Amino acid sequence: MNSSTLAYLQNGQSLAIDPERCTACAVCLEVCPHNVLAIEARQAVIKRRELCMECGACQNNCPAKAISVKTGVGCVAAIVNGLLKGTAPSCDCGGDSGGKCC
Amino acid sequence: MTPSQTNPAPAAAEQSTVQPGADAPRVATRLCWSDHLGGWAARWGIRRMDYRVEPGLYRVGQPGGESPVLVTANYKLTFDAVRRELSGIDAWILVLDTKGVNVWCAAGKGTFGTQELIQRIAKTGLAKVVSHRRLILPQLGATGVAAPVVKAFCGFTVVWGPVLASDIPAFLSAGQSKTVPMRTIRFDWHDRLVLTPMELVQAAKWVPLGLALVAGMAAPFDAAWPCRASAFALVLIGAWPVGGLAFPMLLPWLPGRAFGLKGLVLGLAWVVGASLGSAALLAGSAAAGAALGLSMIGGLVASSLISLPVIVFLAMNFTGSSTFTNQTGATTEVKRGIPLLIASLGLGLLAGIVQLVLRLASGA
Repeated sequence: MNSSTLAYLQNGQSLAIDPERCTACAVCLEVCPHNVLAIEARQAVIKRRELCMECGACQNNCPAKAISVKTGVGCVAAIVNGLLKGTAPSCDCGGDSGGKCC
Repeated sequence: MTPSQTNPAPAAAEQSTVQPGADAPRVATRLCWSDHLGGWAARWGIRRMDYRVEPGLYRVGQPGGESPVLVTANYKLTFDAVRRELSGIDAWILVLDTKGVNVWCAAGKGTFGTQELIQRIAKTGLAKVVSHRRLILPQLGATGVAAPVVKAFCGFTVVWGPVLASDIPAFLSAGQSKTVPMRTIRFDWHDRLVLTPMELVQAAKWVPLGLALVAGMAAPFDAAWPCRASAFALVLIGAWPVGGLAFPMLLPWLPGRAFGLKGLVLGLAWVVGASLGSAALLAGSAAAGAALGLSMIGGLVASSLISLPVIVFLAMNFTGSSTFTNQTGATTEVKRGIPLLIASLGLGLLAGIVQLVLRLASGA
């Protein structure tokens, strides 16, 4: 069992690349921890959408702003916290907030 | 908190005589027993949120103006993982104030972020310490740090280092370039195992409640009470190690993609196996023969219905520790799963009362 190819449900649904803007600089490949992307025909393409956890590293670092993805924590506790408090999902971890989690 | 390096008065006075960066503390690349002990304790949740190093600039070996700068978080477990890989290497370590949280989680929250990096570069006077303009950042920090913004604001180019600190020597000796495995996050059995102490510790607070429930459900306190109580406890309290330890270890082999579904498969296997096992043991024991009956079966069913949602919840909770879940999928799990878990819990408590009434009525 290759643990680097574990897939979750509804992965990478929001990940999109604008081919008009992409310059094939490959920074997105460099920062993606799940090897979701590849460069094909001078274009970044989504090769393994099912592995995308929507962390947003690619969007955050694309110098051409060609990538969009709806980011968020894939954490059930954070979502339950959010529902209970009526806020956006928050893991309320650590820091100086006094919470404890990741 | 104010790092010692930011005190402006002495820095200004020393500027002409002291070499920039000379006041950066030098750190060892070998961990001592207290580092190992502190790290072990943090894994068990002891002083975990307070396991920090002071943000600022540190030296490893004899770094100069051309030496590489490695950026990391101020969670001590993270800082130690970085410095232990740097034996024989002259480098600067720039520690950001991530409030004692690891790189990936801090990047998700934005504390391992663009703004903190830019401010920390300014506070430490890094531009005077090194002559080059390259920073090596851990790849998982990319969620929080936008390299193009860093470049625009302070002229430093971000080089994305490997995911794991253990790949830093190979990364440096390969001319700061990464192989595909170096940029891929894994979630191997040992990666999951080190997380299980926290899972067990966080769930431990519910164990006394479970024990009280078991004790009550096994009433009356007659000669057969220990038999009933231990059978119910096996099924119900077993949820704690099954959900907190067995689930993380078996994760890749459990069917389905949703953690709740994987947890359901494991949970069903556990409650059915443990119920049948304890029933068989009780049936085989002459002393407990009288304890087997409709109410005993009812008790095992009740324990199972309570145990199952606990296992499934602990499984779902492990999404937060995992490396590959997304928010849309996790929200689906919560919305579909939680109502079912609550229903099962309610049914279990009801069954617990019914079997108790049955037993007390037949004994009276």
